[in-house]
Amino acid sequence: MELYILLIFMICAAIVAIEVKDLLSSVIAVGAVGFALCLAFLILKAPDLAITQLVVEILCLIILIRATINKDLPLVIEGRWIFNTFSTLGFIAVFLLFSWLALKELPGFGEPIMAVVKKYLQEGVSKTGSVNIVTAVILDFRAYDTLGEATVLFTAVIGIMAILRRPGRKK
Amino acid sequence: MTLYFLCLMLFCVGLYGVLRKRNIIKMIVGLGIMEYAMNLFFVLLGYRFHGRAPIDAKYQDILNMVDPLPQALVLTSIVIGLAVTALIISIAIRIYEKYGTFDITKIKKLKG
Repeated sequence: MELYILLIFMICAAIVAIEVKDLLSSVIAVGAVGFALCLAFLILKAPDLAITQLVVEILCLIILIRATINKDLPLVIEGRWIFNTFSTLGFIAVFLLFSWLALKELPGFGEPIMAVVKKYLQEGVSKTGSVNIVTAVILDFRAYDTLGEATVLFTAVIGIMAILRRPGRKK
Repeated sequence: MTLYFLCLMLFCVGLYGVLRKRNIIKMIVGLGIMEYAMNLFFVLLGYRFHGRAPIDAKYQDILNMVDPLPQALVLTSIVIGLAVTALIISIAIRIYEKYGTFDITKIKKLKG
């Protein structure tokens, strides 16, 4: 029941974030979506995810506010309004059609398949020594995944430095 | 199944923002909303009724946990999402410095 309320709140906040004119208000609204997602993770019994989402959300908000502060510009919607809206709605309709086809194949809510993870659950503590199974999965069973994540992070940092760096003047 | 549908609606709101809006910041916000929706969808798929968090404790049935595998992968996905958002925003800041606007229809120097 709490999940329904949270999800409806998230959808409302997302619509506000997309539609509001002021850019700073838009960023604050997307922050509301992120913190509601953090609560939803907590209700769905994923405490590690809730902590990570909280930290990441705060960082994301700081970066977004840095980008938008003092740069508020009025939005003008002009020309081809009908074409743009209808093509967007067409894309969303195609997406919903395919997702409806896919949802029929998925297991119902609350009854996961657990085919792969049963082995992890039974042998997790004895093989890795970690009490928290999520940590056991990301740091031991699927450690290469985490290595790839670190690679992506460093690549992103290199990209950001290359974009934002100002070339120094030669003396 | 209603929860899956609400999650898809959240994704569609983000998709509308990415496709329809002309402000770069609004498009980034839409991208972030899509990312939230996908993370939430994976965690919803792993939820079990009356399950408990995947942390071992004494005198508890070990098979009564929620699925930890989607949680572990979403943990990776959240951090990568932060990196992607930071990269996009740095590009947006550079575009603002060069053109003085966030409006994508005003950025015309790349047109052939």
